[in-house]
Amino acid sequence: MTILELTGVHRTHGSGETEVHALRGITLTIAAGELVAVMGPSGSGKSTLLNLAGGLDRPSQGTVRVEGTELGGCGRRALAALRRRRIGYVFQDLNLLASLTAAENVALPLELDGMGRRKAARLAGAALSEVDLAGYDARFPDEMSGGQQQRVAIARALIGDRRLILADEPTGALDSQTGETVLRLLRSKVDEGAAGVLVTHDARHAAWADRVVFLRDGVIVDTAGPLAEPDELLNTPGVAR
Amino acid sequence: MSVRYGLLALLERGPMYGYQLRTAFEESTGGTWPLNIGQVYTTLSRLERDDLVSALPEQDGGQRSYEITGAGRAELALWFATPVERADRPRDELAIKLALALTTPGVDVRAVVQTQRTATMRALQEFTRLKAADAEPAELPWRLVLDAMIFQAEAEARWLDHCEASLVRYPPATRSATAPAAQPHRPGEVRSR
Repeated sequence: MTILELTGVHRTHGSGETEVHALRGITLTIAAGELVAVMGPSGSGKSTLLNLAGGLDRPSQGTVRVEGTELGGCGRRALAALRRRRIGYVFQDLNLLASLTAAENVALPLELDGMGRRKAARLAGAALSEVDLAGYDARFPDEMSGGQQQRVAIARALIGDRRLILADEPTGALDSQTGETVLRLLRSKVDEGAAGVLVTHDARHAAWADRVVFLRDGVIVDTAGPLAEPDELLNTPGVAR
Repeated sequence: MSVRYGLLALLERGPMYGYQLRTAFEESTGGTWPLNIGQVYTTLSRLERDDLVSALPEQDGGQRSYEITGAGRAELALWFATPVERADRPRDELAIKLALALTTPGVDVRAVVQTQRTATMRALQEFTRLKAADAEPAELPWRLVLDAMIFQAEAEARWLDHCEASLVRYPPATRSATAPAAQPHRPGEVRSR
């Protein structure tokens, strides 16, 4: 089932001589259970693509559909509700609220959506357990390590019935082992039926995706998918030396 | 590295015959370095010639086991104590290919970079998939071999990104009337426009 569908998407900033084409005719479909990594040099349009997919920005031309709903056709309130309920965001700067505990941070999207405080807290506790932070409910962000904070941010991004997960350099400055934990979490959420977009400049992180899309100057220049047989690859000279 | 040291290291565990050595070698490298039995026997006979291993009397099944000698142990210890020299590794065909692509008229270097990047990324995805398949950390030797391949592929991908960024300022090679060019420019050199 298709979760995210970008069709002929252009995004232009400014006009006249200062006009910048951030995206030029992007068509991309992502199904449930699929994680797609987006790679490309700075300024290639990666973040613009992510913002459009999450309804944080609107295309100059073309359409963005999330679970069949065209975002361009949504009013502000409908769009905000969709973003709150169906889309999870994980950013490099975690955006955890320092004055709220881990559980309160995670419960926030549910409470904003009108869920009762007690029920939201219970779900938040469960979400924290899922990211191996059982018992950390009452901790404040500054009482946790960077890796733990990132897991709180992930728990918040994944809570509720999120079908689309958007991650922008989610491993940030984490060390390689902790970064891997974050990617494993993202991967397992997607395997459970969500669709994921992972923007990264790190090939080792992008490798957790099913497909890797290379962007350059606002255009998709290539896509890497898996080979048929991993064994084939292990016997390829030059790759496994 | 040659198969030679691999076999010496395995024989340090105890005497083994050819087929056992091949199986043990492949197990310890996670199947990333397949050996044929001929290679094993050729290497064993050279090791025997150099007094690094010695053949034991033939067993009932007709298999002949080998054991490591004192000189073999010393050779093995020296190998573990010596860092791997970069010059001992095979020449990097990819670097040479890109260098040639830069100076060969009519070659789209960016396309060469992108083709390689897609292949490297695909390899990286497969290695990662093998790694992700082990929910619990697999045996450490295999995991480390896999990580080595992942980091090597990552390094290649990063180098390709770097190449692409450098190419932005590099003019394409043109066919000169007098070939070969008097002064071919070196790869990596950024010429002013």
